[in-house]
Amino acid sequence: MIAETGHYALVLALALAILQSILPLWGARVRDVALMRLASPLAVAQFGFVGLAFAALTHAYLTSDFSVLNVVENSHSLKPLIYKFSGVWGNHEGSLLLWVLILVLFGALVAVFGRNLPARLKADVLAVQAMISTAFLLFVLITSNPFERVVPAPMEGQDLNPLLQDPGLAIHPPLLYIGYVGFSMAFSFAVAALIEGKVDAAWARWVRPWTLTAWLFLTLGIAMGSYWAYYELGWGGFWFWDPVENASLMPWLSGTALLHSAVVMEKREALKVWTVLLALLTFALSLLGTFLVRSGVLTSVHAFAVDPARGVAILIILTVFVGGSLALYALRAPVLKQGGIFAPVSREGALVVNNIFLTAATAAVFVGTLYPLALEAATGEKISVGPPFFNATFGPIMLPVLLVMPFGPLLAWKRGDAYRAAQGLMIAFGVAIVATALVAGFTLGGPWLAPIGIGLGLFAIVGAFAEVMERTKLFKAPFGDSFARAKGLPSSTWGGALAHAGLGVTLIGVVAATAWSSENVVALKPGESVDLSGFHVTFEGLEQRQGPNYASVVAKLTLREGGTVVAAVEPSRRIYQARKMDLAESGIATFGLSQFYAATAEARDDGATGLRLQYKPLVLLIWLGPALMALGGAFSLADRRLRVGAPRKAARPAPALQPAE
Amino acid sequence: MTLDASTSSFPSPRRRASARKRRRFALLAVIGLVLAAAVALVLNAFTDTLVFFRTPSEIAQRGDALGTRMRLGGLVKQGSVRHEGTTVFFTVTDNKADQAVTYTGMLPDLFREGQGVVTEGSVQTDGVFKADSVLAKHDENYMPKDVADRLKEQGEWRGGGKSDGKSDAAPAAKPAETSK
Repeated sequence: MIAETGHYALVLALALAILQSILPLWGARVRDVALMRLASPLAVAQFGFVGLAFAALTHAYLTSDFSVLNVVENSHSLKPLIYKFSGVWGNHEGSLLLWVLILVLFGALVAVFGRNLPARLKADVLAVQAMISTAFLLFVLITSNPFERVVPAPMEGQDLNPLLQDPGLAIHPPLLYIGYVGFSMAFSFAVAALIEGKVDAAWARWVRPWTLTAWLFLTLGIAMGSYWAYYELGWGGFWFWDPVENASLMPWLSGTALLHSAVVMEKREALKVWTVLLALLTFALSLLGTFLVRSGVLTSVHAFAVDPARGVAILIILTVFVGGSLALYALRAPVLKQGGIFAPVSREGALVVNNIFLTAATAAVFVGTLYPLALEAATGEKISVGPPFFNATFGPIMLPVLLVMPFGPLLAWKRGDAYRAAQGLMIAFGVAIVATALVAGFTLGGPWLAPIGIGLGLFAIVGAFAEVMERTKLFKAPFGDSFARAKGLPSSTWGGALAHAGLGVTLIGVVAATAWSSENVVALKPGESVDLSGFHVTFEGLEQRQGPNYASVVAKLTLREGGTVVAAVEPSRRIYQARKMDLAESGIATFGLSQFYAATAEARDDGATGLRLQYKPLVLLIWLGPALMALGGAFSLADRRLRVGAPRKAARPAPALQPAE
Repeated sequence: MTLDASTSSFPSPRRRASARKRRRFALLAVIGLVLAAAVALVLNAFTDTLVFFRTPSEIAQRGDALGTRMRLGGLVKQGSVRHEGTTVFFTVTDNKADQAVTYTGMLPDLFREGQGVVTEGSVQTDGVFKADSVLAKHDENYMPKDVADRLKEQGEWRGGGKSDGKSDAAPAAKPAETSK
């Protein structure tokens, strides 16, 4: 009964979505205030019904209702509660329902918090948002109904893919989806602006919080996925340039560009046409990501059931929304008025450089990801484009971004002084050069690029705080004075500094963990030892253990440093009974920011067990960086100036007089 | 790029327009330059880093494999696996041709004789394929779709694949094709 209620709620939500995509838009055209005002209650009600459907499916999972096919295929009565819950989105149908839920949640948030939006813009935005939810609700109801019953109901379910039974993966999809789907707001605002033929600084001010929220969650989602791949896949790698990873990286790159160009638009009314295009493209890339991972074009842990009809359906949605919005753009973009001019060396100029390179990086990832698919479709020849391609393209393109990044915030709007900015970065330059020299001295004979990478990362980190230092007059004024100034800085200044520093932190982690990691693959019998990076590793033996829905064989390792035991590491192999699938669980010991990593293979006939032992220096920085970036995003979001619904000052000071942020 | 003095203070509308044009040109030039550089990088990377997927019989037929990096896919031949410390020797077959492979390192979980396998590396002068990575079916590591297709095409896909839609409803037989 509850499952049918969920199904029915989805149908009702679809009806509301159709109404919401037509009535307010029509109202905005004929200036019927009543019709326009319908958008908000419709959006909230739509969220209510989709929420009801999601609650119904969650209930089916939590109570292990095996009369629902989706639960049978992806759950098991013995599964721990958290994975019963995360199982809701650990499959195609449920994950799409989550997608739609987040989509309508954003719509409802605009309806509730967008009180100060101009009525017509709000009506248009909510109508466009409803068009997207109409498409996806149709998709769910026609091809991917999560509430399908199975008669007779089996006694037991088939369990969730063991790979997905992991806390990291329980929260990875919601984070990622908030990111992906959050960009739909930028899309809806962009389409609404094109319909209205008007886009201005106020528009950018409304779009930025939504984009920032989406970007923040996407950052966390990607980092979480990367960390999961690191500890779960047993390779110790953190990024594989796998198409599904690239699918999430592309919207992140263009979303980052969008955040920055929206700043220019908000402050200076420049780059309007470009910002609108970026908003369209970012969501298009989100849809492309959904298509790539959900259509079965790629086989991966993300492509749950592979059903060609679903792939075609997503492709149609993708074509309609991307094609439609780009056509509208071609038609209406010339109507948008041009903004202010600026010198090449200026804050705007730096942000343009950021945009050019981020877009180029996105394009390189795009080509590398889609070329194999296109080639196979065209010629049937099968190729793989792997890490070497991306290292050779993405790396060099991102390098200038890192170099220019610290300069940007130090340049004035409209017209900056490169010399003064360079002066502000003297400390950063110094730190970078000293660090590069020191690291190069200590690691002679190692990869020669690595010390430069470390120096560049430090340049980015120290440089990120150059603006804060300058504005607080650190070391130039008494400390108490600087502290008072620091407290007075807008939180978006801190946000920008943290986010920029985060990128440097990630770079250092990537460089250190790639260049100086050591690995030893050995076959050991119980009692035997091996040395790795100063650790004396002893294999104590194997031990059988029983988990809630799996049996595991644990390889017990003891780590000694100079004779004293420093850690016990227990990589294991699990056999999940329901799916007859075995899975390696890595064992990790953390030392500061570095990690010792072990994975085990099956025991061999001669009594030895294969072990992959790795030491990865500073590897935690890789994920600490994105956490800093997200924190920076949160700081920016907390800035009063950007707070949705915060009363704005009646008269804003002229842009040129504004403090540089 | 140099700063343009003519726009420093209160420019006349006409000067503004010409400044706008000049700056637009500068902007387009920069964009063009970056684009060209990016395209050059991509093309260059393509010629260096593309890896083709081959079966043992394709390697035998083409005879151009020596030293070229490629992915070799097929089945691990029955009775061919031999360990020597952490180095393993085995033969990949597509039942038409065989290819000897050597690999040093930890084999993936479901590396089995008679099962599908994909290795990446190159053929050495002694005719042995030296692999630096090995992926096996059911493995948690990413199994490229092309590989699965190729194995299915040849009817060598044991136990699996969901190519036949929902027919494989038996829970125990459900393949772990979903791998990263």
